[in-house]
Amino acid sequence: MRDLFAEDRERLKELGPDAMDKAVRNQRRQARRFRERFANNAALMVLSIAAGITVMALAIIILYVLINGAPAIASHFPSFIFTWPHGVNAAGGIWPTIVSTIYVTALAMLIATPIAVLAAVYLAEYAKQGRIVTIIRFAADSLASVPSIVMGLFGLAFFIEAFHIPMSMLSAALALSLLMLPIIMRATEEAIRAVPRYIRWGSYGMGATKWQTVRRVVLPWAMPRIITGLVLAMGRAIGETAVVFYTMGMAINMPVTPLDSGRSMAVHLYMLAVDGINLKSAYGTALILMVVILLLNTLAHAIQRRYRKVR
Amino acid sequence: MALDPVNTGALAPAVVHDMPVYSTPLVAVPEETTFFVRNMEFHYGDFHALTNVSLDIHDDAITALIGPSGCGKSTFLRCLNRMNDLIAGTKVEGSVLFGGADIYGPGVDPVDLRRRVGMIFQQPNPFPQSIYDNVAYGPRLQGIRKKSELDGIVEDSLKRANLWKEVKDILNKNGLAISGGQQQRLCIARVLAVEPDVLLMDEPCSAIDPTSVQKIEDLMAEIKDEVTTIIVTHNMQQAARVSDYTSFFLQEVAGEPAVLVESGKTNDIFTAPLDKRTEDYITGRFG
Repeated sequence: MRDLFAEDRERLKELGPDAMDKAVRNQRRQARRFRERFANNAALMVLSIAAGITVMALAIIILYVLINGAPAIASHFPSFIFTWPHGVNAAGGIWPTIVSTIYVTALAMLIATPIAVLAAVYLAEYAKQGRIVTIIRFAADSLASVPSIVMGLFGLAFFIEAFHIPMSMLSAALALSLLMLPIIMRATEEAIRAVPRYIRWGSYGMGATKWQTVRRVVLPWAMPRIITGLVLAMGRAIGETAVVFYTMGMAINMPVTPLDSGRSMAVHLYMLAVDGINLKSAYGTALILMVVILLLNTLAHAIQRRYRKVR
Repeated sequence: MALDPVNTGALAPAVVHDMPVYSTPLVAVPEETTFFVRNMEFHYGDFHALTNVSLDIHDDAITALIGPSGCGKSTFLRCLNRMNDLIAGTKVEGSVLFGGADIYGPGVDPVDLRRRVGMIFQQPNPFPQSIYDNVAYGPRLQGIRKKSELDGIVEDSLKRANLWKEVKDILNKNGLAISGGQQQRLCIARVLAVEPDVLLMDEPCSAIDPTSVQKIEDLMAEIKDEVTTIIVTHNMQQAARVSDYTSFFLQEVAGEPAVLVESGKTNDIFTAPLDKRTEDYITGRFG
């Protein structure tokens, strides 16, 4: 009978005694490579889907608000921005709410920034590092996570009921500043801690005192990151609804003094939407609110980029 | 061990000084001696870093401190302007006399000391301000406000630091926007602007380009008559090139305190060291 495998045996003999093993190993290696490549591609796919969902969510929200809000602004431009709302349906513009929002946010910044920055300087530079600093830091983090509705209620009970400040820009700014304090403080503290040791030493090495070093070297060095923290806190305050609802009221009013009441854009949006009074204007307001916050975030990025060039 | 002060910046009440302090030193300090150090011990918390260091630093000369990494030469340098006070948990014992007075004695303000004993670091550390403001930093701290006076100091200091020609047209540019070597010379100009008696340099040339190294070595020679300079360097050719005196530090056993093995005229140390360990280091047997 003819040996069917004679040719193969000849070939194996030529290739040497290990040839069979080698062939098997080679095949296994290829199979493993294939599995690895498959796992790699699968992981890549899952990760990109997750990333895609995040971006999509943002894109859909922006698009949705844009589609619904743009007509309200475009059909009455620029009167939607620069005129007062009128009538039972709050038709017309939203000018006083824009002014109220900017007014209360600026006032809150004025109150919160110096306190937060000075507290951060104390924590990072002067306080003896240890238990007390840890407690203060924990308190700040807890303050940052207080639900804003609770903060609003507290503002109402404390500033308005207890201290008899009328519902106004001032009382709302005070309550908002409580919300912003921990954000600014932690950002500033991190920024100060990130200033390299050798930069401080450069100043001490010239016979500068601690305060001179902090004021002239450490704070300027940390400034970009501090500003970023400020802008983020500002964005938080502008979009805040519950706190201002409780402490500033909802009367549409053009604030002049800090003791005037008013209605912020976020509250206006809520009032228009909750009873379906004027959804068109609500979307218009939402769009403007989002544009303002988006601009602020872009500004924060721009500041960081600008300073990073020389650092 | 609380060794990491990176971001605390806290001025720790760290220095314990157990030596009795006399208004006149017990030993006659030799003439022309800037620093007179006797039996100095240094601790980082529990770690005994330097032991029994006795050394004279001569006026208007350049002294090089050499030795392998971790031998305490930078630590010793920082003792001379009390920079170690800024590190929590440090402790100095023994005598460190500057101009005949104990710098660790009561009533000595480290801030005043550091005005007279300036320091340059390995990493160039210009402040995030213009070149002009960097150099004017020290004079302004001292209350000099007049523009013409500041202009003069800035120009003079930058000239002494061999940097004037390169930056005279860009004085308003940010100090961080120039090259690393230029930044280091800017830092030297900044220190020279307060007219210190002593300049401490902690490996000033190990992070910069060769051209700038050359310029820094040149300026060291140029200012030698006015400013006593002490330089820590890993580069033995540099020590041999620039210094008049050399001190060799060594930590023989890891975990044990380092010692000052030998010091003397640079020429003697490099050609005829007395100690076998110095010879081994200089001929490259370790380190």
